[in-house]
Amino acid sequence: MKQDIILAGVGGQGIISIAYVIASAALEEGLEVKQAEVHGMSQRGGAVQSHLRLSQAHIWSDLIPRGEADLVLSVEPLEALRYLDYLRPDGMIIASRAPFVNIQDYPDVETLLNRIRKIPRHLIIDSEKLAKEAGSSRTQNMVMLGAAAGRLIVKEENLTRFIKVLFERHGETIVASNLKAFALGQAVAAAADFVPASGARAGRGGG
Amino acid sequence: MKPEILLGDEAVALGAIQAGLSAAYSYPGTPASEIMEYLIKAATKTKAFVASWSVNEKVAYEEALGVSFAGKRALVSMKHVGLNVAADPFMNSALTNAHGGLVVVPADDPGMHSSQNEQDSRFYADFANIPCFEPSNHQEAYEMTRQAFDVSEKFGVPVMIRLVTRLSHSRSTVRPREPRGQNELKHGASQDWTLLPVNARRRFRAVLDNQAAMVRLSEESEFNSLRLNDKDRSLGVIASGIAFNYVQENLRDLENPPSVLKVCTYPLPGKLIRGLVEHVDNVLVVEEGYPLIERSLRGLFGIAGKTVKGKLSGDIPLTGELSPETVRPALGLKPLESLDLGGFKLAARPPQLCVGCPHADTFQALNKALKEYHQGNVFSDIGCYTLGAYPPYQAVQTCVCMGASVSMAKGGAEAGIHPSIAVIGDSTFGHSGLTPLLEAAAADTNMTVFILDNGTVAMTGGQPSYASGERLLRMIEGLGVVKEHIRVIEPLPKNLDKNAQVIKEEIDHHGLSVIVAVRECLEEAKKRRRGG
Repeated sequence: MKQDIILAGVGGQGIISIAYVIASAALEEGLEVKQAEVHGMSQRGGAVQSHLRLSQAHIWSDLIPRGEADLVLSVEPLEALRYLDYLRPDGMIIASRAPFVNIQDYPDVETLLNRIRKIPRHLIIDSEKLAKEAGSSRTQNMVMLGAAAGRLIVKEENLTRFIKVLFERHGETIVASNLKAFALGQAVAAAADFVPASGARAGRGGG
Repeated sequence: MKPEILLGDEAVALGAIQAGLSAAYSYPGTPASEIMEYLIKAATKTKAFVASWSVNEKVAYEEALGVSFAGKRALVSMKHVGLNVAADPFMNSALTNAHGGLVVVPADDPGMHSSQNEQDSRFYADFANIPCFEPSNHQEAYEMTRQAFDVSEKFGVPVMIRLVTRLSHSRSTVRPREPRGQNELKHGASQDWTLLPVNARRRFRAVLDNQAAMVRLSEESEFNSLRLNDKDRSLGVIASGIAFNYVQENLRDLENPPSVLKVCTYPLPGKLIRGLVEHVDNVLVVEEGYPLIERSLRGLFGIAGKTVKGKLSGDIPLTGELSPETVRPALGLKPLESLDLGGFKLAARPPQLCVGCPHADTFQALNKALKEYHQGNVFSDIGCYTLGAYPPYQAVQTCVCMGASVSMAKGGAEAGIHPSIAVIGDSTFGHSGLTPLLEAAAADTNMTVFILDNGTVAMTGGQPSYASGERLLRMIEGLGVVKEHIRVIEPLPKNLDKNAQVIKEEIDHHGLSVIVAVRECLEEAKKRRRGG
């Protein structure tokens, strides 16, 4: 059993928080974990991505090979498409429809969403609306994590557990809004018309 | 002890602490910053050792050298180009017969994610004739750092741990072992530490005489391994450090895997390499960075009767960062099938200044003032403000190395450029801007120096700056800059016209001016409000 996930977004959108929650849950379940992050210059409003690898077997590379990712999870629609060549032909893409516009040539959002819709297994989430419903527009990352939760190889209860750990020091209100954001994402994904996951597959060459 | 999820940087830091570290020094720089961040956090909690940011890498290295002189264990870390700044003490410290273990950790940035070049620090270790460890994973980063202190004390030389971005900034599990205590304080030293020619010649001989023993250590190291395929001798792969993982990642797609030698220690383990080369017809070398192993193996004339493939032969890309897919073709594998954009064009999203950043207001005022001059140049430096090179500002024309803005503006002015302008941040000024400004003040060069005082090292996550606030203003005056031409502006949108006017006045002054733009970094202000 293994799962390779590309997390995508713009610097400051909380990609590393998503990675932390999934990685901690995986470790709790006895899986091997490798997670490559972006620090430094790119964090300043640039495109950022994190390679998150979970496996029962030993993981060699910190980077996911192109064509090996099972899931692209993106907090932003333009960034969702940037790593498409990492995705296996039957891989899935779960993307927010909320654009983060900080460049002059940001494309038409509908054009972007239509491109995402061409990917056989896709799910588009209105993370901005759901985050506001949860009480804070800053919880979009947890909405997206919730939307992916049912497709991850880690247990959903372990995800919520580490969301609590992550936000504990910021107080109860913040913990509550992030948990709510996660739950709203979960609910929308469960109700969505989405090509079903074929289940976590074994790694190439066994594993 | 309990396993922990750590960044590669943090695995090195933990290894150093548990090897009995007494003091560590560094200057912030991606991808090395998190080593010191971790050490400072731990030192604040335990008070058991010193961990502090230095004013620059040369100072950091010399502080660590002082600790080693006193018999205690020291770590000095920096980004790869930081070792250029510390190259003088580094090269000489190879001869000073370290008392306490001295470990130097440069973090290389292949692919230049956040750097101005992709130099390979292994060449520095080779240059200084010292051992180098190149971890392939987090556990090795931890273990090698512990071992590096012992090797340093055994041979009396500094030992290098060479990191790369992908390991520095990747998280994985580390299983720590029992920690050990620190060394006792030692007073005084033999003449080994006084590098007068007579002592230096003797010490250089001693280091050279130890080379054979260092090679043996490498040949016996548990971090290297040779796996021979007796059925198929067509290909043997030598893979070092993190590149070994990219080879392993692909091997499962090969029905008949090649013989593989993993090399993670230097000087090169000659016996192991001979063991592989004699076993196979063709050798492929896969290494992250410059082709150090490949060049050693190939020499001038290659190996008779065998082909050596790698970066020099074009089988592996010579520039950029390696990955599982860049290694595949050299192993005879086709790319994995994947989805793709099919011609759909994606807009790039380069890094940029934060909305409301004080640097943006400084660049706007500078651009406004410069409209009246046609031939000028703005020399910039290393920091967030380098992003002023991108639209919409396009305000700066150079970025070379720490402090170069001031020296280059002086050279530019002396070549005839007017206005000749330098733009440098407060911490970068403290790092390497003082000495050229001293010279410019003595010569009263016709140039204008901007010091952007946002009170922090912003690009690397907000480390403290030594040359900020009142102290900065006193330093500038102390260097001999005429008081009337030290001007302070507050970069805010409402001050645009006023600031542009100040800039014009100082450009028109025939001589040296320093304009200090003072406003706190937004990220730091945010952090302060959150109470952290």
